[in-house]
Amino acid sequence: MDYIDPHIHMVSRTTDDYATLARMGCVAMSEPAFWAGFDRGSVDGFRDYFHQLTDVEPKRAAQYGIQHFTWLCINAKEAENVSLSRDVIAMIPEFIDRPNVLGIGEIGLNKNTKNEATIFLEHLELALRYEQQILIHTPHLEDKYQGTRMILDMLCDDQRIDRTRVLVDHVEEHTIAEVLDRGFWAGMTLYPVTKCTPERAVDMIEQVGGERLLVNSAGDWGPSKPTAVPDLIFEMRRRGHSESLIQKVVYDNPIAFFSQSKNFCFQPRA
Amino acid sequence: MQKGDEILTGSFLEIRAKLLEVAATLDRVDRALDQGETLEGDAAACRAKLDDSIRILLTSDPDRAERLQRLFSREFSDAWRQEFEI
Repeated sequence: MDYIDPHIHMVSRTTDDYATLARMGCVAMSEPAFWAGFDRGSVDGFRDYFHQLTDVEPKRAAQYGIQHFTWLCINAKEAENVSLSRDVIAMIPEFIDRPNVLGIGEIGLNKNTKNEATIFLEHLELALRYEQQILIHTPHLEDKYQGTRMILDMLCDDQRIDRTRVLVDHVEEHTIAEVLDRGFWAGMTLYPVTKCTPERAVDMIEQVGGERLLVNSAGDWGPSKPTAVPDLIFEMRRRGHSESLIQKVVYDNPIAFFSQSKNFCFQPRA
Repeated sequence: MQKGDEILTGSFLEIRAKLLEVAATLDRVDRALDQGETLEGDAAACRAKLDDSIRILLTSDPDRAERLQRLFSREFSDAWRQEFEI
């Protein structure tokens, strides 16, 4: 089955991973900007990173027939440095019209601090000014519930935000209902230890249905599995779910959400 | 769709293995403590949370996973914006 991974950090993966993903049915992916594993020291470090996301990775993906899209921001972890964050936010418009840019992301919270919230709100302003879609990172482990509630408060306080153009990612059992109930899209991240297994993700699909729900691998430099979405497809088939529901979650839904961005020029396989 | 009986019997060995991991880890902790010594500070709090989580597993309401997630979460205060002056 063709599928789209809506959240995967391919700058951290090998070219062999692109080949494996293509063989598993991945036809498109979107790569949010994130933390590199270390704090970058200058705005030029981000400029180089955005060049990688908007020029290098699309070419690497295309060698394997995969269409690559991306999102731009300074991530929540580095947002603790407010001065650097503001310099990066001011520089993002240099890249916002690149052909594979879908919006602003993955913005959000990490440790739920005042500085993180301040920079999150400034990213929202940027997205609104440039009419961009928004992809949101919610914190891990014990910080997730509190951080998700704070993020939803900030989003819902702003009447200018179109909730159907916002994806709140890394939802789990205790956050998924509120995200969907408030009208946002929700993303489930299949990631060992800190997030969600394919089995638990299918449990959530069975409880909330497939509307406004995406599934991703987040495959990054940490202990992650870039082929986690095919694992979910396998688990849904094993439980007897229909091919139409599986396709909705791993293919139709990403297309429906991303199609709200003018740069999502996805070409389905003939 | 699978029936409850099928799900349980199909998952039994996997669940059994996970429970054994929990049991063996708690045993390992106990063996590492000197006689009469107890866990302290963060470790004691973590152990208490594990005890609470095991009690949740023994209940019959269908939202055990969500309640475990809440147990392992920091408190949320509606007044966070006033605290941050945002």
